Amino acid sequence: MKTLIALVFALLPTLTLAAGGGVHLDEMKVDLEDNASLQRGAKYFANYCMGCHSTKFARYNRVARDLGIPEDVMSENLIFSGENIGMLMKIAMRPEDSKKWFGAAPPDLTLVARVRGADWIYTYLRSFYADDTRPYGVNNAVFKDVGMPHVLEELQGKQVKGCASVVTGFDPLTGRELEEDSCAKLDHEEQPIEVLYLEEEGQLDAKGFDKAVADLTNFLVYMAEPMALERRSIGFWVLLFLAILFIPVYYLNREFWRGIH
Amino acid sequence: MSKMSDFMGWVDHRIPLTATFEKHMSKYYAPKNFNFWYFFGVFAFLMLANQILTGVWLTMSFTPSAEEAFASVEYIMRDVEFGWLIRYMHSTGASFFFVVIYMHMFRGLMYGSYQKPRELIWIFGMFIYVALMAEAFMGYVLPWGQMSYWGAQVIISLFGAIPVVGDDLVTWIKGDFLISGITLNRFFALHVIALPLVIVALVFLHIVALHEVGSNNPDGVDIKKYKDEEGRPLDGVPFHPYYTVHDLVGIVVFLFVFCFVIFFWPEGNGYFLEHANFEEANGLKTPAHIAPVWYFGAFYTILRVVPDKLLGVILMAAAIAILFVLPWLDRSPVKSWRYKGWISRINLVLFGLFFILLTWLGTQPATGVYAQLGLIGTIVYFAWFLTLPIISAKEKTKPVPERVTG
Amino acid sequence: MNNDGVNNGRRRFLIATTAVGGGVGAVGVAIPFVKSWNPSEKAKAAGAPAKADISKVEPGSMIVVEWRGKPVYVVRRTDETIGFLEGLAADLKDPQNTVTDQQPEYANNVYRSRKEDLVVIEGVCTHLGCAPKLYAEVKPESFQEDWKGGFFCPCHGSRFDLSGRVFKGSPAGKNLKIPPHSYLDENTLIIGVDEENS
Repeated sequence: MKTLIALVFALLPTLTLAAGGGVHLDEMKVDLEDNASLQRGAKYFANYCMGCHSTKFARYNRVARDLGIPEDVMSENLIFSGENIGMLMKIAMRPEDSKKWFGAAPPDLTLVARVRGADWIYTYLRSFYADDTRPYGVNNAVFKDVGMPHVLEELQGKQVKGCASVVTGFDPLTGRELEEDSCAKLDHEEQPIEVLYLEEEGQLDAKGFDKAVADLTNFLVYMAEPMALERRSIGFWVLLFLAILFIPVYYLNREFWRGIH
Repeated sequence: MSKMSDFMGWVDHRIPLTATFEKHMSKYYAPKNFNFWYFFGVFAFLMLANQILTGVWLTMSFTPSAEEAFASVEYIMRDVEFGWLIRYMHSTGASFFFVVIYMHMFRGLMYGSYQKPRELIWIFGMFIYVALMAEAFMGYVLPWGQMSYWGAQVIISLFGAIPVVGDDLVTWIKGDFLISGITLNRFFALHVIALPLVIVALVFLHIVALHEVGSNNPDGVDIKKYKDEEGRPLDGVPFHPYYTVHDLVGIVVFLFVFCFVIFFWPEGNGYFLEHANFEEANGLKTPAHIAPVWYFGAFYTILRVVPDKLLGVILMAAAIAILFVLPWLDRSPVKSWRYKGWISRINLVLFGLFFILLTWLGTQPATGVYAQLGLIGTIVYFAWFLTLPIISAKEKTKPVPERVTG
Repeated sequence: MNNDGVNNGRRRFLIATTAVGGGVGAVGVAIPFVKSWNPSEKAKAAGAPAKADISKVEPGSMIVVEWRGKPVYVVRRTDETIGFLEGLAADLKDPQNTVTDQQPEYANNVYRSRKEDLVVIEGVCTHLGCAPKLYAEVKPESFQEDWKGGFFCPCHGSRFDLSGRVFKGSPAGKNLKIPPHSYLDENTLIIGVDEENS
């Protein structure tokens, strides 16, 4: 049974929810050298996130410089409040107000990728589903009863949770996909397995939406540790230096200890 | 050249520079059979220097207030040129310091380096270890992340288990009715001034005591028994240059590993920098799983093993305190485990493995099988100390060679 | 221990190589520590160009604009005082602006500014860093009978003309510094940026 669930998870086009235990997270490949992806991510972030979420430990000009965005483009598109480009990326909404409005202040997202990990963000943003019992009409399979609306709904479309036909494997002879109703199987609590699937498509198709979320996640990973690439490239030279230094040091030691028995 | 020796003469008439160098370096005879395990003393010294240097630099940009601390760490990571490197050197350095110290202590256990006449070296070392734990704990509070805050909450409330004065003591340590900027400020003062002074003084005493009696070695034999006609130990070599060049090799290899972590693995999978600590402290929201940093893991497991707060604290304190009396628990006539019996040798290996297990368990939730393993580990930990006097006294030992081997 | 097998040349070579390697390493370690003392991004952001509305600066008065934590004086000279500037040369230490660091190239003239009337000067005395005071009126002052307008530093009595040029007999040695500046439009001055169009 367990292996079957694992297989379902692995092959599902949309996301499944594991009732009870930990939530399965989709893997996302982070590529900090892909500037185009980071730039798209920055754009999505500015358009869909920055209304409520600050990244108050980062500066606009640093982000522009690192991502190769010209400063005037950055000023026009990302800096809404008309602030100086050297400023921290705060938002106009005051935490006291947002706390009153939403029940909790939307957290700062500068470091969210270091707290949650890229896979979590990637999966979370793709796991909203319609739920009329919630104030914003949506719930989330990764973050149960999240207090945030599905801001990317216009891109993704309407996702719902329920019984759907899912790919469970491949026919070994024909290579054709084998499909089965997800609710035909029971999870470890003997409940039918419900999955997330799209009811209405949004501006992007499923693949395009995944890509957009991947870009956004990539950007957040960059934000969390903007010096990551520099760190690795300096690290390479430091290790190379130490490896070379090892040679004279090793022979020096051998030279002195030659006569000692 | 004569100008140079004139100058040295001038200095030596005023301060015993040459004499000190000779006494502790060029005429300090160390056994020639040091092995891998004898690198960790100098590594510890290196880490101490690293922590002090990077620590001084971090204070230049860190703001010790509840409002600013978290932001100032990110300021260091982002806005200060190479601030990230200095911070990673410090955070990675803390973990490496403990790795090195644990290896250094285990070396002592293997070769009986705490036995007569080196009891004081061990005692000073234990004081360093305890001071270092306090130093590390307070340092971990400073970034003011969720783990800083809640870790401090857990550790400080341990004092509340003390009968009668407990609650007042907790309030007094916090300086407030909750952990606040006031607590942060005093921890900052202790972390950057008081405890480093204490640690440096203790390290000085540790080395003075060591150089008075001389280093032990893997055979546990006294090299001063056989000397040449000029009074130099036959099995010893001057520390300088022999061990300076020897240690250099170790240092370069050590730095390679250290730098690898700094540059490619600074979070250490959440063991060196915990994920939850990248979220600012919030006194109203407890993280789902509070785990201490890995180097406190063993003692944290022992603390949690009994479902009684006071008993847990006593057990944990006992686990640390019992290390202090180790020199008097080991009654073996030989120092090194090489010449002890099989039972001692197996017991020591088990002790080491169980300590690692306890350490790992401390970072995991204490439920189900983990809780049971914690109990077994705790029993093994104490059993090792408590059976040591009997086993070491009764056990048949092998003859110790007169001179060091290989 | 025996010294029979000692190869001194080899030893010296290895010691030298190790020392050089160690020295390079020490310099490498020093770099981040030294560089971390440079102005941080925060300091640079605070040092970003400062904009000022100059439409309300009347002749004979000034406004103070903060730029990089320093006071920058924006003074509008009267036609009368502008007329005096040429004739002061004999009383000045450096009428020809020979210290090139003290002003950008476009301010290397008798007005020490882009415009005849408007002058932009760092309000930091070149003696010991006090803030000189503006005495814009042409009238006898306690520190000089035939005062033709300028700055007087209250700390040690340095005197400057309305172009910020230092008078002979002052403890200050150099003319007041002219920061890089330009005009975005008729009424907007930007301090910290040289080019007209940026």
